[in-house]
Amino acid sequence: MDFLIEFFEFLKVRKKYWLLPILIVLVLFGGLIILSQGSAIAPFIYTIF
Amino acid sequence: MTSILGISAFYHDSAASILIDGKIIAAAQEERFTRKKHDSNYPFNAVEFVLKYSNLKLSEIDHIVFYEKPFLKFERLLETYVAFAPRGFVQFSKAMPVWLKEKLFQKKNLINFLKKHDKNFEEKNKIFFSEHHMSHAASAFFPSPFDEAIILTADGVGEWATSTVAIGKENNVEIKKEIHFPHSLGLLYSAFTYYTGFKVNSGEYKLMGLAPYGEPKYKNLIEDNLIHIKDDGSFRLNQDYFNYATGLTMTNNKFNSLFGEKPRNSKTDKITQFHMDIASSIQNVTEDIMLKIAKSLKQEYNLNNLCLAGGVALNCVANGKILEKKIFDNIWIQPAAGDAGGSLGSALALWHIEKKNKRIINNIDQMKGSYLGPEYSQSEIEKKLKDIGANYEILSESDILERSAEDLSKGNAVGWFQGRMEFGPRALGARSILGDPRSASMQKNLNLKVKYRESFRPFAPSVLREDISEWFDLNEDSPYMLLVANVNKNKQIEMNKEQKKLFGIDKLNVRRSKIAAVTHVDYSARIQTVHEETNKKFFRLLKKFKEKTGCPVLVNTSFNVRGEPIVNTPEDAFNCFMGTELDNLVIGNCYLKKENQKTELKKDYKSKFELD
Repeated sequence: MDFLIEFFEFLKVRKKYWLLPILIVLVLFGGLIILSQGSAIAPFIYTIF
Repeated sequence: MTSILGISAFYHDSAASILIDGKIIAAAQEERFTRKKHDSNYPFNAVEFVLKYSNLKLSEIDHIVFYEKPFLKFERLLETYVAFAPRGFVQFSKAMPVWLKEKLFQKKNLINFLKKHDKNFEEKNKIFFSEHHMSHAASAFFPSPFDEAIILTADGVGEWATSTVAIGKENNVEIKKEIHFPHSLGLLYSAFTYYTGFKVNSGEYKLMGLAPYGEPKYKNLIEDNLIHIKDDGSFRLNQDYFNYATGLTMTNNKFNSLFGEKPRNSKTDKITQFHMDIASSIQNVTEDIMLKIAKSLKQEYNLNNLCLAGGVALNCVANGKILEKKIFDNIWIQPAAGDAGGSLGSALALWHIEKKNKRIINNIDQMKGSYLGPEYSQSEIEKKLKDIGANYEILSESDILERSAEDLSKGNAVGWFQGRMEFGPRALGARSILGDPRSASMQKNLNLKVKYRESFRPFAPSVLREDISEWFDLNEDSPYMLLVANVNKNKQIEMNKEQKKLFGIDKLNVRRSKIAAVTHVDYSARIQTVHEETNKKFFRLLKKFKEKTGCPVLVNTSFNVRGEPIVNTPEDAFNCFMGTELDNLVIGNCYLKKENQKTELKKDYKSKFELD
């Protein structure tokens, strides 16, 4: 819950409400991907994320 | 009493730092404890160390600061993916699970990790998040000896910013301008690190070391195609040639076609003149950008002091060029300029900016020589060596200095382990391998028999501060080995006509100066000035060596082998000693000779660490 409040405050401060629908879709679909995975390790050359 | 714990983690070079009433008490990188280079995990051991050193439990800490803002980073990611869609789908599909599972909930994760140190720890609004480049800027300005300065930070990327300009005045830092992702000087340099077959995020030093062997033949090609540089040094990268914003590599096929070769595979391909010329070209471009930025900042803000941090500030050749042009009267560079230093910067930012506490400004900086890590008492060292089965002598300090100087003058390679470990990537005479710089074969021998690394890589000199201008074209303090200057003309040995014609690595065999082992092929040297105030024992050793040889300079390289983090404990030092062709080891007042050790304690060390 704390996370949702903090994230909403963040969007408010940054005035980036348009990110919200992307995030909702991500959470919905992403949930499935994540649940089907063991661990989330990224095989990246440069960890820019 | 107010205590602040700063943490950097989860990307690369995790670290922890602690301030008590604004004073820097302790700082260390996690890699030194876990023996995993650039360890990016939560710095459990480093936090344990800084707490123990300051005699505090975690529940007694007043504030905890994380060095960057995860939400802002997530915003950058989403916006980048939207901007590049559908091109970045591959990266997107890899990144999102990591974020949705872990990184987005950094605060909660951090609290869970913190509770492992102390069950009584309660969050109670103790946790703060600083911006990545604010952390760098704060680490560059607050410990500096200046009351006012221009601060320049540049690295790969933080949240959005890749380079920032800030003005530091007394206890405040104000960010004035930023260059945002994907336009990044750090990522440009890393793209070439990747292209020349070195590991991104750690091989940048190699690229810089390789540059003097080549000619900047591709400079125009880079400037005409990859980057648009404006007069004030600000720049934009042409994303058509890069793949880091959307893909899983740094560069793409268009980049390869531009230069005519595929990225070098370090396992199968040798380093050729082509790679040396590429290195020289990108180094040249980087120096030009840094010089342009420095000049325009001086013009715009008219301040005499410059502070630098961020990974690009570890490019000591570029730093040396800024100094050489005398754009600023004084330059101070944070020794832990990479992300590890962000832990310190974020804590300092909280103390001075958020909590509005005044700074103490002295002629000397507040980093204590960067000797901020763990130390071991003489009795602890003796016990540890005894337990391992080492054969050692206990000597008085004067005898230790006498013997070590004698060994060095005979051409021995000496492991030197004294006092508190350094914070930051450079060994500064606390966890160092030392050698005689006058020896013609020292560079090759140290590289191939002790460090097990490429023979082209240069070594740095440590010199008594009072003697610097006699040996080098520099008369400034450089206690953190972050400035490069030439060996003085009268110490250089001029190349004859035939030698001048030599190319690339062949130049290495030419004796270039009276201190050949620390003179790079272009007569430059990455200098550390040694000061009695910050490292008395090392200072005295140099004095003793000078007494014996007339030379106040020693080769100083980090106490490790290729790919290994710098040694932390006496055991690490002994293992490295037994796994390499080091001749002597000096830990505290314990003196060890290789020939006196049991052969069964010898280790196969070479293959233990991955090539970087």
